[in-house]
Amino acid sequence: MNISNVAAAPAREMEFARHVFDLAEQSLRELNQALHGLARGSNETSWEVLNPKGSHSVAVGVDQPVAVDVRGSVGYYCGGMNAGGTITVHGSAGPGVGENMMSGSIVVKGDASQYAGATGRGGLLVIEGNASSRCGISMKGIDIVVRGNIGHMSAFMAQSGNLVVLGDAGDALGDSIYEARLFVRGKVKSLGADCIKKEMRPEHIALLQDLLDRAGIRDAKPEEFTRYGSARKLYNFNIDNADAY
Amino acid sequence: MSYHNPPTTPRKSATFDDYTLSEIRRAAATGIYDIRGAGAKRKVPHFDDLLFLGASISRYPLEGYRERCGTNVVLGSRHAKKPIELKIPITIAGMSFGSLSGPAKEALGRGATLSGTSTTTGDGGMTEEERGHSKTLVYQYLPSRYGMNPRDLRRADAIEVVVGQGAKPGGGGMLLGQKISDRVAEMRTLPKGIDQRSACRHPDWTGPDDLEIKILELREITDWEKPIYVKVGGARPYYDTALAVKAGADVVVVDGMQGGTAATQEVFIENVGQPTLACIRPAVKALQDLGMHRKVQLIVSGGIRNGADVAKALALGADAVSIGTAALVALGDNDPHWEEEYQKLGATAGAYDDWHEGKDPAGITTQDPELMKRVDPILAGRRLANYLKVMTLEAQTIARACGKNHVHNLEPEDLCALSIEAAAMAGVPLAGTGWVPGQGGF
Repeated sequence: MNISNVAAAPAREMEFARHVFDLAEQSLRELNQALHGLARGSNETSWEVLNPKGSHSVAVGVDQPVAVDVRGSVGYYCGGMNAGGTITVHGSAGPGVGENMMSGSIVVKGDASQYAGATGRGGLLVIEGNASSRCGISMKGIDIVVRGNIGHMSAFMAQSGNLVVLGDAGDALGDSIYEARLFVRGKVKSLGADCIKKEMRPEHIALLQDLLDRAGIRDAKPEEFTRYGSARKLYNFNIDNADAY
Repeated sequence: MSYHNPPTTPRKSATFDDYTLSEIRRAAATGIYDIRGAGAKRKVPHFDDLLFLGASISRYPLEGYRERCGTNVVLGSRHAKKPIELKIPITIAGMSFGSLSGPAKEALGRGATLSGTSTTTGDGGMTEEERGHSKTLVYQYLPSRYGMNPRDLRRADAIEVVVGQGAKPGGGGMLLGQKISDRVAEMRTLPKGIDQRSACRHPDWTGPDDLEIKILELREITDWEKPIYVKVGGARPYYDTALAVKAGADVVVVDGMQGGTAATQEVFIENVGQPTLACIRPAVKALQDLGMHRKVQLIVSGGIRNGADVAKALALGADAVSIGTAALVALGDNDPHWEEEYQKLGATAGAYDDWHEGKDPAGITTQDPELMKRVDPILAGRRLANYLKVMTLEAQTIARACGKNHVHNLEPEDLCALSIEAAAMAGVPLAGTGWVPGQGGF
């Protein structure tokens, strides 16, 4: 830990001093090692990363309840496999932001590239801009909320969790979906194989309201969304369904 | 006096042979392609088509029971802070919990540990049985990411990014619903009883440039401690090896078409990919061209059966080999002891390959609680260890006969080939000649 990088803070907050990490001066390796090296229950819970300049693998493998503010845009896999961290990207994120996230949260203030939240198992990923193709691909329990639009093939083979989209969805939404729930407020260009429109029952309204609340979104109502999910016709191979693939 | 034509002997077509005819009838009756386990069964040029020359006046041998012949191998020395050292150059290939029973996975771990080598997870995540019983465990990073989590990533001894496998380069997987028990379903985050499809491509990277970034992420998550393998099917071994090296791999695993699968279409297994023998020299050449031979280790798999196969793979330039099907046979798979039950399933011992159906009489490729009781993990682990010991002794025997004090000192010059095809693939002379097909001359 480079103590000189501890930023000035009000006296009452000194025990939770914010660590400022400048990637123009220090390496990615040093950043991730410092985050991984925190002891259980450490009070070094507040981190700020400057000058990411599109760096890949920023704050990957975080396994403590720390807050990491990244001031700028990041490359691939920011917050990958996050387990308990609260990561905020004050910029846009490259491919695979929050991939395989276990718990905690990641907020992207800008847009996200392909594969946002891929294979995520838990936690909340919020993208305040748009997300590109394959958002939530193979998701396994993560909750993803996108304020803007999402690209084609999103939620491909999505197994579990919730994907909320306030804007529009591209082609082949939810192709080969399993048990994940998809909520889209805008238009869906096309649905993928075995993905169908479903009824919004009261439990889905409640679930969606909770997701919107957790994402800090107050200008959208659950009733404005349409739910999509699996028709479950491809769960067991049937030759008569071969044309669906 | 009348003339009688002598009857002609009924003649079957070489093209439409009995197997082909039965497959046409099966397809017509069911409307679905055949799915099975194991690797390519067709005859292809293999290690049997190579011979060692042995010692002579110009090469003196080592004494069998007195002079040492080393077998250890270090994997991951390129970038990993904690490379792994194995006592023998024979590892256990990735096979999933789900495809295999819990006791079978435990037995693989026990056998590998007794032998001082590694075993590998599979497309179902890491189980406590195999972690607990495996001193050295390689954790596969697969397209499906079933069961993937950072805790297991960190408690693995190495990470294997699986791009493809020899039985189905370019193919995904399918675990049929009858093998999806509660435990398998939970590990894979899917409903019980459904057919589980495993993707053929990784969900969050495409191509060698992305792979380099993905490997960086895995290294960062694990603080650069773990060796990172990249496993490819035997498709384009020269370029795949070169690209894996470029992407930062510590170890490249090349799996030929005889390498097994848990369940894939027969047409895929038999018609896609190259024989193991054809993959080794191109992979080695890629490493040599990049100045990385022995710096990035090469593991070869697909049809390795005995110590001679091990020695031949190493002589062609591999650092280690990996076994899957042979390890299952050592545990008891396809054992004639269960012949009566194989017959009831329409098979016979030695030919049973419907591993995906979960009815394996030997209790290995099943999730049936009663069948899996037939595998005693301690006894089966011991059998695997015995088998690995024999393979190692056999490889040492050959190496000593060639005058080598370490199995890695075997070289192509120690070999000749019995067929033109094998000579061309292995890049060694046809026996009795100095001719290496494809390297000039006739």
